[in-house]
Amino acid sequence: MKPYVPQYVGTVTKYVFVDSPDTTPQDIATAAYEIAQGVMIKETCFGCQITGSPEDVDRIIAHLRKMDPYRIYVKDRGFPPGDARRCRADLGGARPGYLGHEYEMGMIRYIAHGLEETDKMTKKELKAAAAKELPMPDALDVDILTSLIKEE
Amino acid sequence: MAKVFIYPATSLILSDLVARFGHEPLGSAIAIREHVQTPGFDSPPIQMTSDDPQKGLKWAAVEVPSGIRGRMSLYGPMVEEAEAAIIIDEPELAFGCMGCARTNELLCFMLRERDIPRLELRYPTSKDEGVTFVAAIKEFLVNLEVKKHE
Repeated sequence: MKPYVPQYVGTVTKYVFVDSPDTTPQDIATAAYEIAQGVMIKETCFGCQITGSPEDVDRIIAHLRKMDPYRIYVKDRGFPPGDARRCRADLGGARPGYLGHEYEMGMIRYIAHGLEETDKMTKKELKAAAAKELPMPDALDVDILTSLIKEE
Repeated sequence: MAKVFIYPATSLILSDLVARFGHEPLGSAIAIREHVQTPGFDSPPIQMTSDDPQKGLKWAAVEVPSGIRGRMSLYGPMVEEAEAAIIIDEPELAFGCMGCARTNELLCFMLRERDIPRLELRYPTSKDEGVTFVAAIKEFLVNLEVKKHE
């Protein structure tokens, strides 16, 4: 095995996702570049990735969040951009790991709506809204289950 | 600020909401980052080192497949340092191979066994449920802060 010398030690990488009718990924990347001050920014189809010291990254993210507070979402990333173990330039084909993002982005409009509504709520209203139960999905109908078993 | 373990550990929504409401989310990325920034031995495309399954023995027995022990070497320390947890019940995105599925079961079991504040809910499927989902998480995290200061 070859000795491993890690890159970008002490930095953090964060994904910035946007799903908004008013703000595009390009707007996000441009706004991030404007105040980058040496921080590495990678524009992507969903927003951007920011790599730098924790303070710098937090500063940029705080600025970006103001653009569209309910529709910009941030998440940590373990690997820095271009890491040979993850980068498609080295591996070829689609990068594994975006399936989870794709799944969650499908319901992000509900979260955006929830954030907007809960921001307007008083403490009492928030408590009442939080106490509501999320209904469980309907159980599989017995007749459908029986027909599935018979098909087998 | 409390350290909140999120399950699924890769969740964008939970990671964002926990950070947004002033706490530190503990998920896969944190452990992976520590891993890739530590000098050691590299074996691309394999992400784990040969030491990891041994470290995982603390949380899973030797009969358990090494994939689970390897994953637990990343998640185990975070579960131990977590001060609270948010768990999504049966998230579709956490569907995976045997190693992933069993690790997920073990993770949820460990989080439920620990005596820490815990919120369990499921993903919203409508705008109304989105309000309930966010309100539950916000209420949980705001009260978490209050409890820590008491």
